Amino acid sequence: MNSRIIPIMRKEFIHIRRDPRTLTFMFLIPVIQLVLLGYAATTDIEHLSTAVLDYDRTPASRELIDAYRVSNYFDINYYIDDEEELTRLVDGGRVRAGMIIPAGYSRSLDRTHKAEVAFIIDGSDPNVARTAFSAAQGVGQAQSVELIQEILGIDPEEQPGIEVRPRVWYNPEMRSANFMIPGVIAMILQLLTTFITGAAIVREREQGTIEQLIVTPIRSFELVLGKVIPYVGIAFFDLSAVLIVGVFWFGMPIHGSVPLLLALALLSLLTSLGLGLLISTVAHSQMEAMLLTFLTLMPSIFLSGFLFPIEAMPLALQAISYIIPLRYLLIIVRGIILKGVGLRLLTEQVIAMAIFGAAILTLASLRFKKSLE
Amino acid sequence: MAIIETENLTKRFKKVTAVDRLNLTIERGEIFGLVGPDGAGKTTTFRLLTAIMNPTEGRATVAGYDTVKEPEEIKKLIGYMPQRFSLYGDLSVMENLHFFADIFEVRGTEREERIRTLLHFSRLEEFQGRRADHLSGGMQKKLALACTLVHKPQILFLDEPTTGVDPISRREFWDILSNLHLEGVTLLVSTPYMDEAERCSRVGLMFEGKMIVCDEPEKVKGLVRGEVIELRPQPLPKAWEIIEGWEGALDVQVYGGLLHVFVEDGERGMRQLETLLASHGVTVEGMHQIRPRMEEAFVSLIRREQEDAAL
Repeated sequence: MNSRIIPIMRKEFIHIRRDPRTLTFMFLIPVIQLVLLGYAATTDIEHLSTAVLDYDRTPASRELIDAYRVSNYFDINYYIDDEEELTRLVDGGRVRAGMIIPAGYSRSLDRTHKAEVAFIIDGSDPNVARTAFSAAQGVGQAQSVELIQEILGIDPEEQPGIEVRPRVWYNPEMRSANFMIPGVIAMILQLLTTFITGAAIVREREQGTIEQLIVTPIRSFELVLGKVIPYVGIAFFDLSAVLIVGVFWFGMPIHGSVPLLLALALLSLLTSLGLGLLISTVAHSQMEAMLLTFLTLMPSIFLSGFLFPIEAMPLALQAISYIIPLRYLLIIVRGIILKGVGLRLLTEQVIAMAIFGAAILTLASLRFKKSLE
Repeated sequence: MAIIETENLTKRFKKVTAVDRLNLTIERGEIFGLVGPDGAGKTTTFRLLTAIMNPTEGRATVAGYDTVKEPEEIKKLIGYMPQRFSLYGDLSVMENLHFFADIFEVRGTEREERIRTLLHFSRLEEFQGRRADHLSGGMQKKLALACTLVHKPQILFLDEPTTGVDPISRREFWDILSNLHLEGVTLLVSTPYMDEAERCSRVGLMFEGKMIVCDEPEKVKGLVRGEVIELRPQPLPKAWEIIEGWEGALDVQVYGGLLHVFVEDGERGMRQLETLLASHGVTVEGMHQIRPRMEEAFVSLIRREQEDAAL
């Protein structure tokens, strides 16, 4: 390797080692993101707090309540005596759902094989309400089927009808963590690297050291490479840490090839380093660099498919998502980790990443050379 | 042989012309002083000559290389110390020196030898493990100088190297510069201190981007119109007021309790001043004729320039 890149790398490592703030930032952010997105941002809706108002109080009504409890969707936390209390609990946010079993439920079931129960759902969070709604219906239907089988005296094995057997591929338990962790990896590669590269180069300008460097025979590519290689190293360290925690703590399976994942991660760094360099030519201080990175963060999170599916967005936003590099990286990372996809199926995304990388890096280098004047 | 040559060198920014058609020739082995008020264009001149910036018009050669076409060749031969402290504060004295030695590809035994010499002459041996931002102002300047000398440059550009440094460190710093001068290094130094300007082989006075005067210190002092009378009047403000209004005075400058009065003829001026001040009840002590110093020379040259511009 070129002899001037190494001293710059060595110097950069000393900066990193002596600046506890940057150090914490680089190692803590991925951990916090992982924990937050792995646990808190989970979209798995289970164990909803539920109140039951049982006017019937018969073995049949208790059987129904049990059926809801074992479904795992509903935690029966309150047994109450009147509807006013239910209103109070829902208003106070203590329960998300309430079931009212009318008096005579058991009797009506015996006589006419028909009965009604009321199910109240707090709709303020539509995601939760939707899940609760279908779970409530599902449990009821399952109970009805059992009832029919009993009445007709059919062996459940021989029951006629069409059975839909859904099979979920790639993430059979539909665990959010498996979906989120590859996303965190993509975020680290893109945003953390962009910010750190931008800030590290802006710091030379802020301190005035860049002026001293320009009068040395150093070339701009040597300066940039020497400065960013240590951060690429750190990005890969973070990446491995997140992968390890993902696999061993959250139990996320890796179906694809890890070397391929790392190789494509390296490719994606062209874009984030280029963006960081570009930011450094605009920003005058590390604070400005941070704000500029933040500006790119918002569209990246919301339009890349990191949290919300792109297909569900309005057409105009879908069109914008094509110019967000994270979109392609997310498909690559999730594809390799969750689906075990190989390079052949990712060609389109890889080409897109390569084009982004080359374009941004070229633009940034040109601007960087000019900004040294 | 000219080591630095400029030809109508001009740098215009959006609103100002920082350097205006500068024609300058500096010989090998000179110690050239660049003086002038703030904003005169000294720093921009340095940036143009060190190939950090390209000129808007005109050209400059350093050691025979064109600053626009062959900047890489120039960078190997020069050392530049910017006005602002621009080393790595979180690196120690030794780490800074090693870093610049690496960048200039000074290697092996030569590197160790060179760093030892530099630490010795900058008197930083005891502080080699100390972080640069924990050094005093004077020590920081010496470290910066040491870092720019690590590759034995032939030409050294120093932009106000002693600004904000105490008098003792300043003297030490100039002793180092004198040694470099004796070793044959060409030095270009900008300074706001006139005593430092006197130590140069030639000085150039810049004002609003133009070089007003460029000559040996003695000759620059000879450019001052008239002769200088120094006196210690009592009370001073009243004396100043009277002399300001006197048509015989070309210029009056205050130095503490002293007045320096510029007149056409020293002998006659002293006689006239004596009668003039006595008639107003001002007592005068120790009136005598002095040789104009660099300070007076520059103040009067710049005032003359400003007056010409106003006309």
